[in-house]
Amino acid sequence: MHEQMPAGVTITEIVEETPSIRTFVFDREIAARPGQFVMVWVPGVDEVPMALSSPSSITVQKVGDATAALFAMHEGDRIGVRGPYGNGFAVSGRTLAVGGGVGASPLLPLVTAGLVDTFLLGARTASELLFADRIRDAVTLMMVATDDGTAGHHGFVTELISRVDLADFDRICVCGPEVMMAAVLAVLDREGCAERGLFSLHRYMKCGVGLCGSCCTDPHGLRVCRDGPVFSGDTLLDSEFGHYARDASGSRRRI
Amino acid sequence: MVALYPGPIEVGGIRLRNHLLLAAGILGTTGASLARILANGAGGVVTKSIGPSPKEGHPGPCLVVVDGGIINAMGLPNPSAAFVDELTALTGDPVIVSIFGGTPEEFRTVAGWFAGTASGLELNLSCPHAEGYGAAIGSDPALVEECTRAVASLGVPTWVKLTPNVADIAEIGAAAERGGADAIVAVNTVKAMRISTALRRPVLGNRFGGLSGKAIFPVAVRCVYDLYEACSIPIVGCGGVSTADNVVEMMMAGASAVEIGSAVIDDVGIFAAIADDLYSPDGIDAGEIVGCAHA
Repeated sequence: MHEQMPAGVTITEIVEETPSIRTFVFDREIAARPGQFVMVWVPGVDEVPMALSSPSSITVQKVGDATAALFAMHEGDRIGVRGPYGNGFAVSGRTLAVGGGVGASPLLPLVTAGLVDTFLLGARTASELLFADRIRDAVTLMMVATDDGTAGHHGFVTELISRVDLADFDRICVCGPEVMMAAVLAVLDREGCAERGLFSLHRYMKCGVGLCGSCCTDPHGLRVCRDGPVFSGDTLLDSEFGHYARDASGSRRRI
Repeated sequence: MVALYPGPIEVGGIRLRNHLLLAAGILGTTGASLARILANGAGGVVTKSIGPSPKEGHPGPCLVVVDGGIINAMGLPNPSAAFVDELTALTGDPVIVSIFGGTPEEFRTVAGWFAGTASGLELNLSCPHAEGYGAAIGSDPALVEECTRAVASLGVPTWVKLTPNVADIAEIGAAAERGGADAIVAVNTVKAMRISTALRRPVLGNRFGGLSGKAIFPVAVRCVYDLYEACSIPIVGCGGVSTADNVVEMMMAGASAVEIGSAVIDDVGIFAAIADDLYSPDGIDAGEIVGCAHA
Protein backbone atom coordinates (compact mmCIF):
# COMPACT_ATOMS: atom_id res chain seq x y z
CA MET A 1 0.00 0.00 0.00
CA HIS A 2 1.34 3.42 -0.93
CA GLU A 3 2.32 6.12 1.56
CA GLN A 4 -0.62 8.06 2.98
CA MET A 5 0.82 10.84 5.13
CA PRO A 6 -1.82 13.47 5.93
CA ALA A 7 -1.85 16.32 3.43
CA GLY A 8 -1.53 19.77 4.98
CA VAL A 9 -4.36 21.98 3.75
CA THR A 10 -5.26 25.60 4.42
CA ILE A 11 -8.80 26.60 5.33
CA THR A 12 -9.83 29.13 2.68
CA GLU A 13 -13.44 29.73 3.68
CA ILE A 14 -15.73 28.99 6.61
CA VAL A 15 -19.46 29.01 5.84
CA GLU A 16 -22.04 29.14 8.62
CA GLU A 17 -24.64 26.79 7.16
CA THR A 18 -26.92 26.69 10.21
CA PRO A 19 -26.55 27.93 13.80
CA SER A 20 -24.80 24.63 14.67
CA ILE A 21 -23.20 23.52 11.38
CA ARG A 22 -20.29 25.01 9.46
CA THR A 23 -18.59 24.12 6.19
CA PHE A 24 -14.79 24.35 6.10
CA VAL A 25 -13.47 24.79 2.57
CA PHE A 26 -9.78 24.01 1.99
CA ASP A 27 -7.29 24.64 -0.78
CA ARG A 28 -7.09 21.10 -2.18
CA GLU A 29 -9.49 18.96 -4.18
CA ILE A 30 -9.73 15.33 -3.12
CA ALA A 31 -10.98 12.98 -5.81
CA ALA A 32 -13.62 10.92 -4.04
CA ARG A 33 -16.85 9.04 -4.63
CA PRO A 34 -19.99 10.49 -2.99
CA GLY A 35 -20.18 9.29 0.62
CA GLN A 36 -16.45 8.69 1.10
CA PHE A 37 -14.74 10.34 4.07
CA VAL A 38 -11.42 11.78 5.14
CA MET A 39 -9.57 11.63 8.45
CA VAL A 40 -9.32 15.25 9.58
CA TRP A 41 -6.36 16.11 11.80
CA VAL A 42 -6.73 19.14 14.02
CA PRO A 43 -3.10 19.57 15.11
CA GLY A 44 -2.54 19.11 18.82
CA VAL A 45 -6.12 17.98 19.42
CA ASP A 46 -7.25 14.80 17.62
CA GLU A 47 -8.06 13.22 14.30
CA VAL A 48 -11.67 12.40 13.38
CA PRO A 49 -13.53 10.98 10.36
CA MET A 50 -15.54 13.51 8.34
CA ALA A 51 -17.57 13.01 5.18
CA LEU A 52 -16.61 15.21 2.24
CA SER A 53 -19.45 17.60 1.35
CA SER A 54 -17.54 18.52 -1.84
CA PRO A 55 -14.08 17.62 -3.21
CA SER A 56 -12.62 20.45 -1.12
CA SER A 57 -14.84 20.74 1.95
CA ILE A 58 -16.17 19.12 5.08
CA THR A 59 -19.40 20.13 6.79
CA VAL A 60 -19.28 19.79 10.52
CA GLN A 61 -21.41 19.93 13.63
CA LYS A 62 -19.72 20.63 16.94
CA VAL A 63 -19.84 17.36 18.88
CA GLY A 64 -16.48 16.80 20.58
CA ASP A 65 -12.95 18.08 21.19
CA ALA A 66 -11.80 17.96 17.57
CA THR A 67 -14.90 19.61 16.13
CA ALA A 68 -14.88 22.25 18.88
CA ALA A 69 -11.24 23.03 18.01
CA LEU A 70 -12.19 23.18 14.34
CA PHE A 71 -14.96 25.67 15.15
CA ALA A 72 -12.34 27.86 16.86
CA MET A 73 -10.20 27.97 13.68
CA HIS A 74 -10.09 30.75 11.13
CA GLU A 75 -9.52 31.16 7.41
CA GLY A 76 -5.79 30.68 6.79
CA ASP A 77 -5.36 28.05 9.53
CA ARG A 78 -3.91 24.68 8.56
CA ILE A 79 -5.26 21.19 9.20
CA GLY A 80 -4.24 17.72 8.01
CA VAL A 81 -6.36 15.52 5.78
CA ARG A 82 -5.81 11.89 4.74
CA GLY A 83 -8.03 9.84 2.50
CA PRO A 84 -10.46 9.50 0.85
CA TYR A 85 -11.44 6.32 2.67
CA GLY A 86 -14.42 3.97 2.66
CA ASN A 87 -16.74 2.77 -0.06
CA GLY A 88 -19.21 5.62 -0.62
CA PHE A 89 -22.70 5.42 -2.14
CA ALA A 90 -22.93 3.25 -5.25
CA VAL A 91 -26.15 4.29 -6.99
CA SER A 92 -27.75 3.48 -10.31
CA GLY A 93 -31.18 4.25 -11.68
CA ARG A 94 -33.58 6.43 -9.71
CA THR A 95 -32.43 7.51 -6.26
CA LEU A 96 -34.27 8.69 -3.17
CA ALA A 97 -32.14 10.42 -0.52
CA VAL A 98 -33.16 10.79 3.11
CA GLY A 99 -31.03 13.14 5.22
CA GLY A 100 -31.39 14.24 8.82
CA GLY A 101 -29.43 17.09 10.42
CA VAL A 102 -25.75 17.13 9.50
CA GLY A 103 -26.38 13.77 7.78
CA ALA A 104 -27.25 15.74 4.65
CA SER A 105 -23.52 16.42 4.28
CA PRO A 106 -22.35 13.06 2.79
CA LEU A 107 -25.45 13.09 0.58
CA LEU A 108 -24.63 16.48 -0.97
CA PRO A 109 -22.02 15.13 -3.46
CA LEU A 110 -24.71 12.75 -4.79
CA VAL A 111 -27.04 15.74 -5.25
CA THR A 112 -24.30 17.83 -6.86
CA ALA A 113 -23.54 15.00 -9.30
CA GLY A 114 -27.21 14.98 -10.37
CA LEU A 115 -27.77 11.49 -9.02
CA VAL A 116 -30.69 12.20 -6.67
CA ASP A 117 -34.28 12.43 -7.91
CA THR A 118 -36.17 12.97 -4.66
CA PHE A 119 -34.74 14.26 -1.38
CA LEU A 120 -36.41 14.06 2.03
CA LEU A 121 -34.67 16.52 4.33
CA GLY A 122 -35.21 16.71 8.07
CA ALA A 123 -33.93 18.77 10.96
CA ARG A 124 -34.82 19.77 14.49
CA THR A 125 -36.04 23.19 13.40
CA ALA A 126 -36.25 25.30 10.22
CA SER A 127 -32.92 27.11 10.76
CA GLU A 128 -31.11 23.78 11.08
CA LEU A 129 -32.17 22.45 7.66
CA LEU A 130 -28.82 21.84 5.93
CA PHE A 131 -28.22 22.65 2.23
CA ALA A 132 -32.00 23.09 1.63
CA ASP A 133 -31.58 25.65 -1.17
CA ARG A 134 -28.86 23.73 -2.99
CA ILE A 135 -30.81 20.49 -2.78
CA ARG A 136 -34.09 22.10 -3.93
CA ASP A 137 -32.35 23.53 -7.00
CA ALA A 138 -30.80 20.19 -8.01
CA VAL A 139 -33.49 17.57 -7.48
CA THR A 140 -36.92 16.94 -9.00
CA LEU A 141 -38.69 16.92 -5.66
CA MET A 142 -37.63 17.93 -2.16
CA MET A 143 -39.77 17.47 0.92
CA VAL A 144 -38.96 18.88 4.32
CA ALA A 145 -39.78 17.86 7.87
CA THR A 146 -38.93 19.60 11.15
CA ASP A 147 -39.36 18.23 14.64
CA ASP A 148 -40.97 21.49 15.81
CA GLY A 149 -43.04 22.15 12.69
CA THR A 150 -41.29 25.43 11.81
CA ALA A 151 -40.91 24.23 8.20
CA GLY A 152 -42.59 21.52 6.16
CA HIS A 153 -44.06 18.45 7.79
CA HIS A 154 -44.35 18.73 11.58
CA GLY A 155 -42.57 15.57 12.68
CA PHE A 156 -39.80 13.22 11.69
CA VAL A 157 -38.37 12.96 8.19
CA THR A 158 -39.10 9.24 8.36
CA GLU A 159 -42.80 10.05 8.19
CA LEU A 160 -42.33 11.63 4.74
CA ILE A 161 -41.47 8.24 3.26
CA SER A 162 -45.17 7.35 3.21
CA ARG A 163 -45.67 10.24 0.74
CA VAL A 164 -43.41 8.69 -1.92
CA ASP A 165 -43.76 5.39 -3.74
CA LEU A 166 -40.71 3.33 -2.80
CA ALA A 167 -41.25 1.21 -5.91
CA ASP A 168 -40.17 4.26 -7.94
CA PHE A 169 -36.61 4.08 -6.63
CA ASP A 170 -33.71 1.73 -7.27
CA ARG A 171 -31.68 3.10 -4.37
CA ILE A 172 -32.61 4.82 -1.11
CA CYS A 173 -29.57 6.63 0.33
CA VAL A 174 -29.83 7.51 4.01
CA CYS A 175 -27.70 9.49 6.45
CA GLY A 176 -28.62 11.07 9.75
CA PRO A 177 -28.87 10.30 13.45
CA GLU A 178 -28.83 6.53 13.96
CA VAL A 179 -32.28 6.45 15.58
CA MET A 180 -33.67 8.11 12.43
CA MET A 181 -31.78 5.75 10.10
CA ALA A 182 -32.97 2.73 12.07
CA ALA A 183 -36.56 4.02 11.66
CA VAL A 184 -36.01 4.30 7.89
CA LEU A 185 -34.61 0.76 7.78
CA ALA A 186 -37.69 -0.48 9.66
CA VAL A 187 -39.93 1.09 7.01
CA LEU A 188 -37.89 -0.40 4.14
CA ASP A 189 -37.91 -3.80 5.83
CA ARG A 190 -41.68 -3.63 6.26
CA GLU A 191 -42.03 -2.77 2.57
CA GLY A 192 -39.71 -5.66 1.66
CA CYS A 193 -36.97 -3.52 0.10
CA ALA A 194 -34.26 -3.30 2.79
CA GLU A 195 -31.64 -4.34 0.23
CA ARG A 196 -32.31 -1.17 -1.78
CA GLY A 197 -31.40 1.03 1.18
CA LEU A 198 -27.86 2.39 1.52
CA PHE A 199 -27.09 3.66 5.02
CA SER A 200 -24.02 5.72 5.92
CA LEU A 201 -22.93 4.74 9.43
CA HIS A 202 -21.00 6.67 12.02
CA ARG A 203 -18.76 4.82 14.45
CA TYR A 204 -15.78 5.80 16.58
CA MET A 205 -12.66 5.34 14.44
CA LYS A 206 -8.93 5.46 15.03
CA CYS A 207 -7.07 4.23 11.95
CA GLY A 208 -9.46 4.77 9.04
CA VAL A 209 -7.82 2.04 6.97
CA GLY A 210 -9.37 -1.16 8.33
CA LEU A 211 -6.65 -2.29 10.72
CA CYS A 212 -7.32 -1.28 14.31
CA GLY A 213 -10.81 -2.70 14.72
CA SER A 214 -12.27 0.26 16.65
CA CYS A 215 -15.21 0.57 14.24
CA CYS A 216 -16.04 -3.13 13.80
CA THR A 217 -19.75 -3.86 14.02
CA ASP A 218 -21.71 -6.85 15.24
CA PRO A 219 -22.55 -9.53 14.23
CA HIS A 220 -20.39 -9.81 11.08
CA GLY A 221 -17.31 -7.90 12.24
CA LEU A 222 -17.68 -5.47 9.33
CA ARG A 223 -15.41 -2.43 9.54
CA VAL A 224 -17.27 0.87 9.10
CA CYS A 225 -14.08 2.59 7.86
CA ARG A 226 -13.18 0.03 5.21
CA ASP A 227 -16.17 -2.24 4.49
CA GLY A 228 -18.41 0.84 4.91
CA PRO A 229 -19.25 3.50 5.87
CA VAL A 230 -22.15 2.75 3.53
CA PHE A 231 -23.96 -0.55 4.10
CA SER A 232 -27.01 -1.95 2.36
CA GLY A 233 -30.08 -2.26 4.56
CA ASP A 234 -30.22 -6.05 4.46
CA THR A 235 -26.71 -6.29 5.99
CA LEU A 236 -27.88 -4.09 8.86
CA LEU A 237 -30.98 -6.10 9.77
CA ASP A 238 -30.49 -7.98 13.05
CA SER A 239 -27.24 -6.14 13.74
CA GLU A 240 -26.03 -3.67 16.38
CA PHE A 241 -27.33 -0.86 14.12
CA GLY A 242 -29.88 1.21 16.00
CA HIS A 243 -29.08 -0.54 19.28
CA TYR A 244 -25.50 0.10 20.39
CA ALA A 245 -22.05 1.25 19.37
CA ARG A 246 -18.60 1.06 20.92
CA ASP A 247 -16.73 4.02 22.39
CA ALA A 248 -13.01 4.84 22.27
CA SER A 249 -12.17 2.10 24.76
CA GLY A 250 -14.26 -0.49 22.93
CA SER A 251 -17.00 -0.50 25.57
CA ARG A 252 -20.58 -0.83 24.33
CA ARG A 253 -22.86 2.19 24.63
CA ARG A 254 -26.59 2.22 23.86
CA ILE A 255 -27.60 4.34 20.85
CA MET B 1 9.27 -22.96 -2.39
CA VAL B 2 8.74 -25.36 0.51
CA ALA B 3 5.16 -26.52 0.95
CA LEU B 4 3.89 -27.61 4.35
CA TYR B 5 1.48 -30.38 5.24
CA PRO B 6 -1.83 -28.83 6.38
CA GLY B 7 -3.69 -29.56 9.58
CA PRO B 8 -3.97 -28.54 13.20
CA ILE B 9 -0.78 -27.97 15.20
CA GLU B 10 0.17 -27.30 18.79
CA VAL B 11 2.52 -24.49 19.75
CA GLY B 12 3.37 -23.45 23.30
CA GLY B 13 0.48 -25.39 24.80
CA ILE B 14 -2.12 -23.97 22.40
CA ARG B 15 -3.86 -25.97 19.69
CA LEU B 16 -4.10 -23.99 16.42
CA ARG B 17 -5.85 -24.68 13.11
CA ASN B 18 -2.71 -23.80 11.14
CA HIS B 19 0.55 -21.85 11.55
CA LEU B 20 -0.94 -18.42 10.77
CA LEU B 21 -2.24 -16.30 13.65
CA LEU B 22 -3.76 -12.83 13.73
CA ALA B 23 -1.33 -10.53 15.57
CA ALA B 24 -2.40 -8.50 18.60
CA GLY B 25 -3.77 -5.03 17.98
CA ILE B 26 -5.18 -5.77 14.53
CA LEU B 27 -8.98 -6.15 14.27
CA GLY B 28 -9.01 -7.68 17.73
CA THR B 29 -11.34 -5.24 19.47
CA THR B 30 -14.55 -7.25 19.15
CA GLY B 31 -15.53 -10.90 19.28
CA ALA B 32 -17.31 -10.62 15.92
CA SER B 33 -14.19 -9.28 14.25
CA LEU B 34 -12.06 -12.08 15.69
CA ALA B 35 -14.63 -14.63 14.50
CA ARG B 36 -14.50 -13.10 11.03
CA ILE B 37 -10.70 -13.51 10.88
CA LEU B 38 -10.97 -17.13 12.04
CA ALA B 39 -13.63 -17.74 9.36
CA ASN B 40 -11.22 -16.15 6.87
CA GLY B 41 -8.67 -18.88 7.50
CA ALA B 42 -6.52 -17.84 10.47
CA GLY B 43 -5.17 -20.70 12.56
CA GLY B 44 -5.71 -18.67 15.71
CA VAL B 45 -6.30 -15.09 16.75
CA VAL B 46 -4.72 -12.79 19.32
CA THR B 47 -6.96 -10.11 20.78
CA LYS B 48 -6.36 -6.43 21.31
CA SER B 49 -4.33 -5.97 24.51
CA ILE B 50 -6.54 -5.86 27.59
CA GLY B 51 -5.42 -4.09 30.76
CA PRO B 52 -6.46 -3.54 34.38
CA SER B 53 -8.75 -0.56 33.66
CA PRO B 54 -10.56 0.85 30.60
CA LYS B 55 -8.42 3.13 28.42
CA GLU B 56 -9.43 5.36 25.52
CA GLY B 57 -5.95 5.49 24.01
CA HIS B 58 -3.96 8.38 22.59
CA PRO B 59 -5.44 11.31 20.67
CA GLY B 60 -5.20 10.94 16.89
CA PRO B 61 -3.68 10.58 14.45
CA CYS B 62 -3.09 7.10 15.87
CA LEU B 63 -1.84 5.48 12.69
CA VAL B 64 -0.19 6.51 9.48
CA VAL B 65 0.56 4.39 6.43
CA VAL B 66 4.13 4.96 5.22
CA ASP B 67 6.30 3.42 2.52
CA GLY B 68 6.79 -0.22 3.46
CA GLY B 69 4.84 -0.17 6.66
CA ILE B 70 2.58 1.41 9.21
CA ILE B 71 3.42 3.56 12.21
CA ASN B 72 0.95 3.51 15.06
CA ALA B 73 0.49 4.79 18.56
CA MET B 74 -2.95 3.62 19.64
CA GLY B 75 -2.20 3.93 23.34
CA LEU B 76 -3.61 0.56 24.40
CA PRO B 77 -7.33 1.45 24.15
CA ASN B 78 -9.36 -1.35 25.72
CA PRO B 79 -12.58 -1.96 27.66
CA SER B 80 -10.77 -3.96 30.39
CA ALA B 81 -12.85 -6.63 32.15
CA ALA B 82 -15.87 -5.93 29.90
CA PHE B 83 -13.93 -7.64 27.11
CA VAL B 84 -14.74 -11.01 28.69
CA ASP B 85 -18.25 -10.66 27.21
CA GLU B 86 -16.83 -10.19 23.69
CA LEU B 87 -15.41 -13.70 23.80
CA THR B 88 -18.50 -15.65 24.87
CA ALA B 89 -19.36 -16.60 21.27
CA LEU B 90 -15.80 -17.84 20.70
CA THR B 91 -15.64 -20.50 23.40
CA GLY B 92 -13.54 -23.41 22.18
CA ASP B 93 -11.98 -21.40 19.34
CA PRO B 94 -8.21 -20.75 19.26
CA VAL B 95 -8.33 -17.31 20.89
CA ILE B 96 -5.30 -15.93 22.70
CA VAL B 97 -5.94 -12.91 24.87
CA SER B 98 -3.21 -10.28 24.85
CA ILE B 99 -2.89 -8.70 28.28
CA PHE B 100 -0.91 -5.88 29.82
CA GLY B 101 -0.32 -4.39 33.24
CA GLY B 102 2.05 -2.13 35.09
CA THR B 103 3.08 -4.69 37.70
CA PRO B 104 3.21 -8.51 38.02
CA GLU B 105 0.10 -8.28 40.24
CA GLU B 106 -1.84 -6.38 37.55
CA PHE B 107 -0.82 -8.96 34.94
CA ARG B 108 -2.07 -11.72 37.22
CA THR B 109 -5.37 -9.94 37.87
CA VAL B 110 -6.11 -9.43 34.17
CA ALA B 111 -4.97 -12.98 33.35
CA GLY B 112 -7.43 -14.30 35.92
CA TRP B 113 -10.40 -12.79 34.05
CA PHE B 114 -9.63 -14.94 31.01
CA ALA B 115 -8.10 -18.02 32.62
CA GLY B 116 -11.25 -20.08 32.16
CA THR B 117 -12.14 -19.08 28.61
CA ALA B 118 -9.06 -18.21 26.53
CA SER B 119 -6.90 -20.84 24.77
CA GLY B 120 -3.94 -18.94 26.14
CA LEU B 121 -2.56 -15.57 27.09
CA GLU B 122 0.00 -13.37 25.38
CA LEU B 123 1.81 -10.94 27.65
CA ASN B 124 2.32 -7.57 26.02
CA LEU B 125 5.76 -6.67 27.36
CA SER B 126 6.57 -4.75 24.26
CA CYS B 127 4.26 -1.87 23.34
CA PRO B 128 6.72 0.95 22.63
CA HIS B 129 4.43 3.90 23.23
CA ALA B 130 2.44 3.49 26.45
CA GLU B 131 4.15 4.93 29.50
CA GLY B 132 4.69 2.46 32.32
CA TYR B 133 3.43 -0.49 30.29
CA GLY B 134 4.72 -2.73 27.54
CA ALA B 135 8.32 -2.07 26.59
CA ALA B 136 8.88 -0.13 29.82
CA ILE B 137 8.64 -3.54 31.51
CA GLY B 138 9.83 -5.67 28.60
CA SER B 139 13.34 -4.25 28.51
CA ASP B 140 14.06 -5.28 32.12
CA PRO B 141 14.87 -9.03 32.33
CA ALA B 142 14.01 -9.25 36.05
CA LEU B 143 10.56 -7.68 35.52
CA VAL B 144 9.92 -9.86 32.47
CA GLU B 145 10.66 -12.97 34.51
CA GLU B 146 8.46 -11.78 37.37
CA CYS B 147 5.47 -10.84 35.19
CA THR B 148 5.74 -14.09 33.25
CA ARG B 149 5.81 -16.13 36.46
CA ALA B 150 2.81 -14.25 37.87
CA VAL B 151 0.71 -15.36 34.87
CA ALA B 152 2.24 -18.75 34.02
CA SER B 153 1.67 -19.93 37.59
CA LEU B 154 -2.09 -19.75 36.90
CA GLY B 155 -1.64 -22.79 34.68
CA VAL B 156 -2.82 -21.09 31.47
CA PRO B 157 -0.61 -21.41 28.35
CA THR B 158 1.49 -18.24 28.53
CA TRP B 159 3.17 -16.61 25.56
CA VAL B 160 5.38 -13.57 26.03
CA LYS B 161 5.63 -10.96 23.27
CA LEU B 162 8.93 -9.13 23.15
CA THR B 163 10.08 -5.76 21.94
CA PRO B 164 12.91 -5.50 19.42
CA ASN B 165 13.88 -2.16 20.97
CA VAL B 166 16.51 -3.69 23.27
CA ALA B 167 20.24 -4.28 23.00
CA ASP B 168 19.98 -8.06 23.48
CA ILE B 169 16.59 -9.68 22.84
CA ALA B 170 17.99 -13.13 23.65
CA GLU B 171 18.57 -12.05 27.25
CA ILE B 172 14.90 -11.01 27.54
CA GLY B 173 13.74 -14.25 25.92
CA ALA B 174 15.77 -16.27 28.38
CA ALA B 175 14.16 -14.31 31.24
CA ALA B 176 10.69 -15.16 29.93
CA GLU B 177 11.65 -18.81 29.69
CA ARG B 178 12.92 -18.80 33.30
CA GLY B 179 9.59 -17.26 34.33
CA GLY B 180 7.74 -20.23 32.86
CA ALA B 181 6.67 -18.95 29.43
CA ASP B 182 5.30 -21.61 27.06
CA ALA B 183 6.36 -19.65 23.98
CA ILE B 184 7.96 -16.37 22.94
CA VAL B 185 6.40 -14.06 20.37
CA ALA B 186 8.91 -11.88 18.52
CA VAL B 187 8.52 -9.04 17.78
CA ASN B 188 6.35 -6.04 18.57
CA THR B 189 6.79 -2.79 16.61
CA VAL B 190 10.06 -0.94 16.13
CA LYS B 191 10.29 2.58 17.63
CA ALA B 192 9.54 5.04 14.89
CA MET B 193 8.41 8.55 14.06
CA ARG B 194 7.38 10.62 11.05
CA ILE B 195 7.02 14.38 10.91
CA SER B 196 4.47 16.20 8.78
CA THR B 197 6.56 18.66 6.80
CA ALA B 198 3.36 20.51 5.96
CA LEU B 199 2.36 21.02 9.58
CA ARG B 200 5.89 20.97 11.03
CA ARG B 201 5.08 18.52 13.80
CA PRO B 202 5.16 14.77 14.44
CA VAL B 203 2.27 13.20 12.60
CA LEU B 204 1.13 10.95 15.47
CA GLY B 205 -0.91 12.43 18.30
CA ASN B 206 1.48 10.67 20.68
CA ARG B 207 4.42 12.12 18.66
CA PHE B 208 6.25 8.77 18.46
CA GLY B 209 5.04 5.26 17.84
CA GLY B 210 5.97 1.86 16.47
CA LEU B 211 6.67 0.66 12.93
CA SER B 212 5.17 -2.58 11.63
CA GLY B 213 4.81 -4.12 8.17
CA LYS B 214 7.19 -5.30 5.48
CA ALA B 215 9.89 -2.79 6.49
CA ILE B 216 10.55 -4.65 9.75
CA PHE B 217 10.54 -8.21 8.40
CA PRO B 218 14.39 -8.44 8.35
CA VAL B 219 14.49 -7.08 11.92
CA ALA B 220 12.00 -9.73 13.04
CA VAL B 221 13.87 -12.55 11.28
CA ARG B 222 17.08 -11.55 13.07
CA CYS B 223 15.32 -11.43 16.46
CA VAL B 224 13.75 -14.87 15.93
CA TYR B 225 17.14 -16.22 14.88
CA ASP B 226 18.82 -14.84 18.02
CA LEU B 227 16.05 -16.17 20.28
CA TYR B 228 16.24 -19.63 18.73
CA GLU B 229 19.90 -19.76 19.74
CA ALA B 230 19.17 -18.68 23.31
CA CYS B 231 15.86 -20.37 24.20
CA SER B 232 14.43 -23.87 24.14
CA ILE B 233 10.72 -22.96 24.15
CA PRO B 234 8.86 -22.40 20.84
CA ILE B 235 9.06 -19.03 19.12
CA VAL B 236 6.20 -17.38 17.24
CA GLY B 237 7.56 -15.06 14.54
CA CYS B 238 5.87 -11.68 14.11
CA GLY B 239 6.82 -8.65 12.07
CA GLY B 240 6.12 -7.90 8.42
CA VAL B 241 5.01 -11.37 7.37
CA SER B 242 2.91 -10.98 4.22
CA THR B 243 3.59 -14.02 2.02
CA ALA B 244 3.90 -17.80 2.35
CA ASP B 245 7.61 -17.47 1.57
CA ASN B 246 7.94 -15.06 4.53
CA VAL B 247 6.34 -17.75 6.72
CA VAL B 248 8.85 -20.34 5.54
CA GLU B 249 11.73 -17.90 6.11
CA MET B 250 10.55 -17.16 9.66
CA MET B 251 10.35 -20.89 10.32
CA MET B 252 13.88 -21.42 9.01
CA ALA B 253 15.02 -18.71 11.45
CA GLY B 254 13.37 -20.68 14.26
CA ALA B 255 9.66 -19.86 14.40
CA SER B 256 7.13 -22.63 15.02
CA ALA B 257 4.26 -20.39 13.87
CA VAL B 258 3.80 -16.79 12.76
CA GLU B 259 1.55 -13.86 13.56
CA ILE B 260 0.31 -11.61 10.78
CA GLY B 261 -0.97 -8.08 11.31
CA SER B 262 -0.19 -5.18 9.02
CA ALA B 263 -0.63 -7.29 5.86
CA VAL B 264 -4.36 -7.26 6.61
CA ILE B 265 -4.38 -3.71 5.22
CA ASP B 266 -4.11 -5.08 1.69
CA ASP B 267 -6.52 -7.98 2.15
CA VAL B 268 -8.67 -9.02 5.10
CA GLY B 269 -8.60 -12.50 3.52
CA ILE B 270 -4.78 -12.67 3.73
CA PHE B 271 -4.83 -15.76 5.95
CA ALA B 272 -6.63 -17.94 3.42
CA ALA B 273 -4.47 -16.49 0.62
CA ILE B 274 -1.22 -17.36 2.40
CA ALA B 275 -2.54 -20.77 3.49
CA ASP B 276 -3.40 -21.50 -0.11
CA ASP B 277 0.23 -20.91 -1.11
CA LEU B 278 1.79 -22.49 1.98
CA TYR B 279 -0.02 -25.80 2.35
CA SER B 280 -0.18 -28.84 0.12
CA PRO B 281 -1.34 -32.43 0.81
CA ASP B 282 2.11 -33.63 -0.27
CA GLY B 283 3.90 -30.94 1.77
CA ILE B 284 6.48 -31.63 4.48
CA ASP B 285 6.12 -31.39 8.25
CA ALA B 286 7.01 -27.90 9.51
CA GLY B 287 9.36 -29.54 12.02
CA GLU B 288 11.70 -30.30 9.16
CA ILE B 289 12.40 -26.60 8.54
CA VAL B 290 11.97 -24.88 11.93
CA GLY B 291 15.41 -23.52 12.76
CA CYS B 292 17.07 -25.22 9.77
CA ALA B 293 19.01 -22.05 8.96
CA HIS B 294 21.04 -22.59 12.13
CA ALA B 295 22.67 -25.77 10.84
